[in-house]
Amino acid sequence: MASLGDIIRESQIWKSVFRHPLPVDRRNRVVVMLTNFFLHLHPVSIKKQGIALSYTWCMGGVTFFLFLVETITGVLLMFYYRPTLEWAYNDILALRDVASLGILRELHRWGAHAMVITVWLHMYRVFLTGSYKPPREFNWVIGVILLLLTLLLSFTGYLLPWDQLSIWAITVGSNMARATPFLGFEGPGAQLLTVDGIDMITNASDARFGLLGARFVGEETLNRFYVLHCLAIPLGAALLIAIHFWRVRKDGGISGPL
Amino acid sequence: MHGNEVEFLESVSGFVGSWYLFASLMNASAALYLWRSGRVATLMKPGGVAISTVSLWSTVAAVFVILSALAFGGGVGSLRLPQGLRDQLDTVMAPQYYVTGVLVLLGGVYLARRFFVKPLVAWSGLNLVLLYMGLSITDPDFAAIVTKPDNVPIVGLVYMLGFFTWLGAYRAVQNDERTAQGLEPLEKADDEKVLVWPDLVYTELICMVAVTALLLVWGILLQAPLEEAASTVKTPNPSKAPWYFLGLQEMLVYYDPWMAGVVLPSVVIFGLMAIPYIDFNKQGQGYYTIAERKFAYVTFQFGFLVLWVTLIVMGTFMRGPNWNFFGLYETWDAHKVEALNNVDLSEYFWVWALHLPRPSAPEGSSGFVSLGYIVLRESPGFVCVFLYFVALPPAMVLGCKWMEDLGLKKWLVVDMKELFLRAGFMRYMVIANLILLMALLPVKMVLRWTVNLKYFISIPEYFLNL
Repeated sequence: MASLGDIIRESQIWKSVFRHPLPVDRRNRVVVMLTNFFLHLHPVSIKKQGIALSYTWCMGGVTFFLFLVETITGVLLMFYYRPTLEWAYNDILALRDVASLGILRELHRWGAHAMVITVWLHMYRVFLTGSYKPPREFNWVIGVILLLLTLLLSFTGYLLPWDQLSIWAITVGSNMARATPFLGFEGPGAQLLTVDGIDMITNASDARFGLLGARFVGEETLNRFYVLHCLAIPLGAALLIAIHFWRVRKDGGISGPL
Repeated sequence: MHGNEVEFLESVSGFVGSWYLFASLMNASAALYLWRSGRVATLMKPGGVAISTVSLWSTVAAVFVILSALAFGGGVGSLRLPQGLRDQLDTVMAPQYYVTGVLVLLGGVYLARRFFVKPLVAWSGLNLVLLYMGLSITDPDFAAIVTKPDNVPIVGLVYMLGFFTWLGAYRAVQNDERTAQGLEPLEKADDEKVLVWPDLVYTELICMVAVTALLLVWGILLQAPLEEAASTVKTPNPSKAPWYFLGLQEMLVYYDPWMAGVVLPSVVIFGLMAIPYIDFNKQGQGYYTIAERKFAYVTFQFGFLVLWVTLIVMGTFMRGPNWNFFGLYETWDAHKVEALNNVDLSEYFWVWALHLPRPSAPEGSSGFVSLGYIVLRESPGFVCVFLYFVALPPAMVLGCKWMEDLGLKKWLVVDMKELFLRAGFMRYMVIANLILLMALLPVKMVLRWTVNLKYFISIPEYFLNL
């Protein structure tokens, strides 16, 4: 008599979803890698030393997983949080004290800290094993941009709770933009950019103004950082992650001597 | 002992007890592993009694259990470093000793890496830092700064960097020894291939489960910080950037914002991107090695571990109100005053050395004339900067050539002549300037600590200070 599992796996519904039988023998373990969308990113077989934990530290994979965790917890937090001066702080307060799944905020924040750390460790490992050398140069460059995006994601998210810690950290961080050469109103050379004696670079037109949307960290900044944090930077990062993974495959596969 | 102290000790006793218990379990597992796998090594034989690694780590585990019992049993107050030692540690944590100390320490570890990568040595070191943490956390000031929820990940980062630096060096030393014997590095020697399902897919799954579990535990144990509602009129003291930018904020002490906040971060990003294009060394691709990539290894360690991480650690744990320095065992006192009498190079040159007033344009001169006077005033600084970035790189090549001619080649730490010949002029200048830019920070730090030098070039008229 066929077991329940067999009946399910023989059903039309199951077969329409999974394009392959269970990967229990060698042939089907190959087939599953080739026919499953989520798995086809991987090759079918791989060098044993290349996936040894003491070699790869698994930090790139953990970083990507944390990106997924941040996406999921972030979407759920967006259901609750409103990025306005009136509500932002109160919503976070309620997440801490009232909301039944307030731990989502902890997961999101600690996940973000962890992601910054794991992305550094991933870069450290790639450097130590010389895995940026030809033909993998360009993937290293993409990695550096992803590192920058990770930091910017964390930086923009830092403002959203709208407490003292947030706005002053962003104030300190963005004050530096005031000193951008030529483009910041307290930067070297900015005075040289004048038209008929009228300064072109003022505190209402310089690089920091562009970042904050205002002369100081305020409602416009909160809105701007919210959009950057939830939409613009994650989209950019997702695209670059896809290219990063694709280039890993194209540039000789998982890290190791070529 | 007053009430606060008692309360504080009660609040940390659970943590300290668990910490030692964890350390004990770690050592016990190590002993068990060594015993079961048959990798026991005999360390010494005093009086005919063999002391093996198993008995050593079992003893350490037993000591940690006793410490743990003491902490849980209310004796946590006695488990701390003596006050005198803590005061001394505070003194040597001052930036000048701390930064140079880290530099010397990492240099020493690098030179003696064959000794430090030995599992016995590394494991002893790990035990020592665990013990140090346990003995320090019973100090209220140390506990206050280290257990701040946002600072906990940085403590984790320090431990993880220690571990991974060890792991990388351990594998590199192993490979270098193999190369010296004419063997291939381990990564090349093993050609075996495995199927991705199950070997890799399952590893990934286990990693995901482990990270999820870790995040959940972390989220339950530590609440995310939330301070008072934002207020644009109440400036907290100190105001700190997010922790990963604290190295940049620390640089503000030595550089103007346009350098610390804009130019240098951009150089870091573009410098990192440039690495694969300026590193022409074809060896060491895809495997751990130090011997084949000494220059790259040392440069990266210097940039990442010293300039980036060390300054973050300092900015997080040791910078208090008014960005003053505070040792880890020191109370943050907002009224601490530090005398700051920093002097620009132009003042040293004109006033101190030549006994002249600094050149300044006569009243009512045109903008062009004023600019000329400014350039004249700052000329010593311009000369220094020119010499440092333009003249020093070729001078290093010539210096190396002379050393070679004199038969002193083996004393060269880095052979710049060879680097120049292999890299070509443009690439050599880029490499040399990136490294000189990196080295400028410690140079500026040392000049600040020793001769109170503020800026090489100081043109406040145009917000241009270097």
